[in-house]
Amino acid sequence: MYAYDEIDRTLINERVAEFRDQVKRRLAGELTEDEFKMLRLMNGVYLQLHAYMFRVAIPYGTLSSPQLRKMAHVARRYDRGYGHFTTRQNIQFNWIKLADLPDALEDLASVGIHAMQTSGNCTRNVTTDQWAGVAPGEVEDPRIWAELLRQYSTMHPEFSFLPRKFKIAITASAHDRAAIKVHDIGLRIHKNEAGETGFEVLVGGGLGRTPFIGKVIKPFVHGRDILSYVESILRVYNQYGRRDNIYKARIKILVHELGIEKFAAEVEDEWLAMRDSALTLDNEVVEDIRSRFSYPHYQKLSDTPDELTAASADPHFARWLKNSVAPHQRTGYAIVTLSLKPVGGPPGDATAEQMDAVADLADKYSFGEIRVGHEQNLALPSVAKHDLPALWRQLDKLGLATPNVNLVTDIIACPGLDYCSLANTRSIPIAQELTRRFANHDLAELIGRLHINISGCINACGHHHVGHIGILGVEKNGEEFFQITIGGRADEHAVVGTLIGPAVPFAEVADVIEDIVEAYLALRARPDELFVQTVERLGVEPFKERVYATR
Amino acid sequence: MPLVKQGKIVADGYIHVADDAEIPVDGAALIPAARFLADPEVLLKRSNPTGVIWPNNRDPEELVPYLDKLAVVALAFPSFRDGRAYSQARLLRERYRYKGELRATGQVLRDQFVIMLRAGFDSFEVKKDADAEAFAATVKRYTVFYQPTGDGRITALHQRMQLRHSESAR
Repeated sequence: MYAYDEIDRTLINERVAEFRDQVKRRLAGELTEDEFKMLRLMNGVYLQLHAYMFRVAIPYGTLSSPQLRKMAHVARRYDRGYGHFTTRQNIQFNWIKLADLPDALEDLASVGIHAMQTSGNCTRNVTTDQWAGVAPGEVEDPRIWAELLRQYSTMHPEFSFLPRKFKIAITASAHDRAAIKVHDIGLRIHKNEAGETGFEVLVGGGLGRTPFIGKVIKPFVHGRDILSYVESILRVYNQYGRRDNIYKARIKILVHELGIEKFAAEVEDEWLAMRDSALTLDNEVVEDIRSRFSYPHYQKLSDTPDELTAASADPHFARWLKNSVAPHQRTGYAIVTLSLKPVGGPPGDATAEQMDAVADLADKYSFGEIRVGHEQNLALPSVAKHDLPALWRQLDKLGLATPNVNLVTDIIACPGLDYCSLANTRSIPIAQELTRRFANHDLAELIGRLHINISGCINACGHHHVGHIGILGVEKNGEEFFQITIGGRADEHAVVGTLIGPAVPFAEVADVIEDIVEAYLALRARPDELFVQTVERLGVEPFKERVYATR
Repeated sequence: MPLVKQGKIVADGYIHVADDAEIPVDGAALIPAARFLADPEVLLKRSNPTGVIWPNNRDPEELVPYLDKLAVVALAFPSFRDGRAYSQARLLRERYRYKGELRATGQVLRDQFVIMLRAGFDSFEVKKDADAEAFAATVKRYTVFYQPTGDGRITALHQRMQLRHSESAR
């Protein structure tokens, strides 16, 4: 955990005071809605279909138990008793009142939580691997660098009014759980031959209406230079990014229009002019940030405790263990994913009661720490293996032990037309129907790893382009239709999925997905050939035939 | 539109010369970029202070030969959400070492004062009277800054290092 010091806390409190004044001026009519809009967005406040929506940052997906309890408090006190975890390590509250927002922010500030720059045309919450610091084989803890970038990008005096939003993600593992290739800047931590930490820097990835996979702009930027290099990219983008059309304003379009070589040369020129500046990170400064991250005092424990062996006789426990529990850096510990995808439920939602209970379980079993991943699930990062049976029983009672992590019902979905004013179609009911169709865990396990992503409009908040199966809602003559893509992925092999054919109406989506899955089961070369691998091997044709032959 | 300079509302001594208006022989004047660049040497010999109105889509490097003679560079915020002039301001101050008056014009609200100061602006054509009057209070809103810029304010990272060193010296 990173512990905010007096300096960080002061800034958050000053920001709350400023926003309180802005809300007051808006309510008094001194600020027009147009003027207020940019200010409220930079404090995480959207105006949606039915109410204001409030998006709170969970920097690099790490929460302490008091912080999660404060989220529960906000849900209960100012909202309708639940929150929605998003694909970018944020939580959203959907029913908040404008006049209550400064108080909600002040309550969150008391535990070092804020909503700064969770929207607006500025650098958004810097995200990383939800298993940072505990994943086996990781180069080093990426959160140190995420925190440095969080501080660097917070209230930046030059880059608070960029052409469009700007998202940075970092990974330090070979398997990318942070989807860095679909971010404006993606950073992969690796070491040079001298053993020094640096970054492979990717730029220009993104989804939305024009999806692009990020391109490598520089294979190695030394850790000490990362802030100046990021600043060079931002400066080139701030000056040359398009401002005439918001749909062409993301950095991916600039990179695409200039070409990566030309863009890289512009950045390099800028960087050479300012790399030896106050942005250079001395080792001492990096170590100071590192020292503010506290790590659990792990004990020497057995990897095969008796409790685990005994409990594994229960097939329900054994199934959950196999599905939701992952190896940890330390012997005797495990990483536990808490599925927020119950059968029939909206993906990523948690009630205030669940949040409080998870905070208690974190205190009891995971050193008071909770993680949030872009797949819209939670995790307890450091659970002693001998505690797994007891933890499972309690999670099961809370509805947080659905053994479907990474399986067909672990669906990523945007809020869609149930909440969002931009949406063309609903997303949540599609997800709910699919979880019912594939509710049989034996079937889901037989299918294996399969990510379904649903977006209710072209803005792609459900990341449909990079779902193994992507579902995109479009409006046709006032009716909800859905385009289906297959073969996308968001990891280190990121690729944009391929459209299989004409859009299908709302009522047929679940049938079509069932057809695609049945086709896969019939076509796969062996049981462990994943859905995406079968699509890669065979292309979309056989799936297309299956779906449209009788339609 | 009130002008705030050195933290106070002051009278604007400069005539803003329109694109097609005649450049006055006397009096302090702000001259559009294209007209200034057409004849900079002559214009800089005017007997009164001369400044330039610089658009936000033109590279400020073009001004480098004239910076020590220009009294004002006025940068533009055509809309509140167009932040190009923040980069121009930092380049002028930090890279090209411009020492004269750097003025923010256009959609300037109190909510931008702090970041504008940090980017190097020192005068502000403020859109609303109430915001101009609130200048002194507004710029005190923040005491913590994360980024190093040319304004010399100490960053949080370095503040921490100083604290750490003073603690260990004790």
